[in-house]
Amino acid sequence: MAKLLSIDVLPFLALFLPLGGFLVLSLFEPGIRRDREERGAALLACGTVIISFLCLLWTALHVDEAARSLADFRVQWRLPPRASPYLPYQPWIGLDWIDVSGVHVPFALLLDRLSSIMTLVVTGIGSLIHVYSIGYMAHDEDRVRYFSYLNLFTFFMLLLVMAGNLPVMFIGWEGVGLCSYLLIGFWYKKKSAADAGKKAFIVNRIGDAGLILGMIAAFYSFGTFDTFALTEGANALQPEKWGEFGPMTVAGLLLFVGACGKSAQIPLHVWLPDAMEGPTPVSALIHAATMVTAGVYMVARLGPLYAHSETAITVVAVVGTVTALMAATIALVQTDIKRVLAYSTVSQLGYMFLACGVGAFGVGVFHLFTHAFFKALLFLGSGSVIHAMSGEQDMRKMGGLWRKIPWTFGTFVVGTLAIAGIPPLAGFFSKDAILGSALEEGHQVLFAVGLLTAALTAFYMARLLFLTFFGPFRGGHEAEHHLHESPWVMLAPLIVLAVGSVGAGLLPVPDMLAVVFRLPPAEGHHPAWLPIVATLVAVLGIAAAYWLFLMLPDLAARVGARLRPIGRVLEEKYYFDRAYDAFARGVVVEGSRKVLWQGLDASLIDGAVNGLGRFTAGFARAARVVQTGLVRAYALLILGGAVTVLGYLLWAR
Amino acid sequence: MNPGADLVVPALLLSAGLFAIGVVGVFLRRNVITVFMCVELMLNAVNLAFIAFSRWRGTLDGQLLVFFVLTVAAAEAAVGLAIIIAAQRNRDTLDLDAFNILKW
Repeated sequence: MAKLLSIDVLPFLALFLPLGGFLVLSLFEPGIRRDREERGAALLACGTVIISFLCLLWTALHVDEAARSLADFRVQWRLPPRASPYLPYQPWIGLDWIDVSGVHVPFALLLDRLSSIMTLVVTGIGSLIHVYSIGYMAHDEDRVRYFSYLNLFTFFMLLLVMAGNLPVMFIGWEGVGLCSYLLIGFWYKKKSAADAGKKAFIVNRIGDAGLILGMIAAFYSFGTFDTFALTEGANALQPEKWGEFGPMTVAGLLLFVGACGKSAQIPLHVWLPDAMEGPTPVSALIHAATMVTAGVYMVARLGPLYAHSETAITVVAVVGTVTALMAATIALVQTDIKRVLAYSTVSQLGYMFLACGVGAFGVGVFHLFTHAFFKALLFLGSGSVIHAMSGEQDMRKMGGLWRKIPWTFGTFVVGTLAIAGIPPLAGFFSKDAILGSALEEGHQVLFAVGLLTAALTAFYMARLLFLTFFGPFRGGHEAEHHLHESPWVMLAPLIVLAVGSVGAGLLPVPDMLAVVFRLPPAEGHHPAWLPIVATLVAVLGIAAAYWLFLMLPDLAARVGARLRPIGRVLEEKYYFDRAYDAFARGVVVEGSRKVLWQGLDASLIDGAVNGLGRFTAGFARAARVVQTGLVRAYALLILGGAVTVLGYLLWAR
Repeated sequence: MNPGADLVVPALLLSAGLFAIGVVGVFLRRNVITVFMCVELMLNAVNLAFIAFSRWRGTLDGQLLVFFVLTVAAAEAAVGLAIIIAAQRNRDTLDLDAFNILKW
């Protein structure tokens, strides 16, 4: 009997516990009506994720031991021998799932340092958010459904990060997309929420089309879906130059389309800000810490594939950088507290892609890791603010909250400083590492844009902080009377996340992951002035915001008025939504109406069917003249027929 | 030489003549009873041809078929005459051109 405390048992327990929680909750959901039972359901959901986290913690500590021997692997996959310092543990590699004429897909998992870090983020942050949700959703009558979705999400997300091949990853990928849709539209009676859910789903479908094509391209070129074998195969090939569309470039670019959809990169970023219609803990878990980072994870997972294609990796870097800058500028003018954070998330995801795009996959995952802490913290903090404001999300109606909700304020400050990149908080280390890698690889432009984005990040986060917590209270008297600190069940996760936001940067994630990517180690060192400059930029951003929004609010208004044309573009979010709307209305709807419906369907298809009917009717009208009703006429026809047949038989043959 | 060979040609000529008379009668006459009798005439012309061939070839197949035809003709006479009486009662005429509703 296998030991209970082994790597053969615990990851599977961790994977399927949340699924079990979902099944139990959704099956018994109609029967759970009493308050005590609802609390039990919430505790069950939290319990499954926490146990899952503990199992995965144990797994992560033992994952290096479990790696199988190099020789076995190379023989199994018929790969040429090559010294590879690190191997993932791949359970279930023999468990057939799809086996059709040469396409062999096992339902395999892959456990290595990279997936372990991801699973810990998913379940660790996930546990805290589950606990927080107990308090946040306490007054919602549908909270059992809420927790069942949350559990289902955890299962799919774990499947995504633990997947050993692309099809299994795809199940998780689509599953988290489904849960995202369900949770964005959780308050489905609100039209904007239902619409936002649909928007997220549809935009993600576009990305997923690219993902599927990428999977097919990868299989076509490498003959396998296995992620580790794909990276090995890529490492065995010659790097592809810029503009050379070899197998790695094609597969990499197509897969990146999927990553763009899931990780909200331009031009598929439009769904994430709208996704803020969902409950705030959902925004924290799915739309900040875990699901939206799936794209970054996939690019990192297939790192060698991208590293060997100059085109693909440059596209990743450029898209990431442009997204980081554009989203940061949009965040400057948002007034909804959650939307600022949403654009901040888009921007930070761009940062992660920037890191991957300069070849520093470990650094990208590092930023993913630290970002999960401080962005979850900021979202949960904003949830606490919204809770205190009885549902108000407009920052223009807040102000001076720090005295009323000191714990939320304290943790929020930590989160803000962390994302701004103030040492020694987590964001400083990862952002510094990204900028350093960009510089190291000789991408001065990307570095400069990254530095500018860092300044903007510090600025808009400080603006958020000052508008919300400082200055006079700008809401109504009623709202002011209502202000209250959140219960402890919500504050405790905030405090834990604040501690994480301080300390997460100390974990040397890039060094830990270097063996996973099996890429040549980066040469040279970050220049000594970089941390100083990065910190200075962050401090400048915060100082500018302090000056503008606290010291001289009049000046802020005047500057705003002077920069009206730019502000307008930013408020319109660079017209992406309008362009897509115009495209959908103009090309899709009108094209369907004019060309497909009136042109194709009405005239061609209906024309063919109706024409056939009219022809038959016309022919019948002509032919029925033969039927006179006189028996002798019929007899004459019979005679004529008989004579004809007889004549043919006698003479014509 | 087959003993029935000498009679085959005259018998077939007679049969063809009777059949032609029947056909012409069916198409030209208007009275239902006359037409009916012409049909009987055609049947009997065919019977005669069967007999002639049967005798010529020295087999009984043709005679067997004749019995079938006779049976059918008897049944036809019974049913046909009954229909004629019914038609006369309903329409007060036996002119074939009056019966023209057998169409769409």
